[in-house]
Amino acid sequence: MSEQDIIEISCEHVIQEISNYIDGEITLELRTRMEEHIRGCKHCAAVLDGTSNTLRLLADGRTFGYLFDLPAGFSERLRLRLASNSEGV
Amino acid sequence: MPTTATVPNQREAGLIARIKAGEHDLFFELIQPYQRTVYAAAFSVLGNPSDAEDAAQEAFLKALTHLGQFRAEAKFSTWLVQIALNEARLRIRKDRKGLYSSIDEGGQDEDGEYFPIDYADWREIPSETLQRKELKQALERAMAALKPIYREVLVLRDIEHLSIAETAAALDITEASVKTRLLRARLMMRDALAPGFDGSWSVGSPTYKKVRPF
Repeated sequence: MSEQDIIEISCEHVIQEISNYIDGEITLELRTRMEEHIRGCKHCAAVLDGTSNTLRLLADGRTFGYLFDLPAGFSERLRLRLASNSEGV
Repeated sequence: MPTTATVPNQREAGLIARIKAGEHDLFFELIQPYQRTVYAAAFSVLGNPSDAEDAAQEAFLKALTHLGQFRAEAKFSTWLVQIALNEARLRIRKDRKGLYSSIDEGGQDEDGEYFPIDYADWREIPSETLQRKELKQALERAMAALKPIYREVLVLRDIEHLSIAETAAALDITEASVKTRLLRARLMMRDALAPGFDGSWSVGSPTYKKVRPF
């Protein structure tokens, strides 16, 4: 596809698809149009970068245990409850 | 896309068969790898640790009781997440008052268009310069401000890394709905975390490192 063939796309359309873009859930054609737009649009580039960074923070949160650490003693309490429960099953 | 690891799945299927046959003491071994995911799923609905623990523990007990109903064609972890979400929602219905709050009560309807706030460029990511505690608090605040329907998809997809199909199955919604909610959830998180929003990102080094993670 040559540059002239790329149909312009609006900011609204780019934002609507930005999450799918990050997940790779769009066609190659739409991806090309979005990338062409983002190259020339500071606003959409900032939204893409910010959203990507947010996801990286969330993923880091998992890696380093920032978020959703099991409360202390969770496994032990669960073990005990399961043990007393399965006796009755 | 998560890769399907055949060996652990066979091991899981073997454990399930033995538990169904009466070896209930193997159940903890079966669910051990999913404790965090189940807890996170409950948390995504309830928004606080103690309610999330209660719901998660109850979900595991129910899973043991109803293991006979589990069908091998479903993914065991997704089945557990479904039970945890149901258990958590049951608690919301029992006690509706102020379990969670929303920054914007009127503005988060799924149908309406959401347009991100036009902040200054956030090409730089300050995570390296931030204290972990500060980052954790910022993320928690931003997540607490989401309505549960958005928090749920965000937790399952972006923290627990379920696929779109698995998230849809766990929440019993269409994949299109997962995508719509995910877009909104991610944009709201981005807006809440963008530097300068409440000043919390401005501490530390003024020189941020540019990162393009995706």
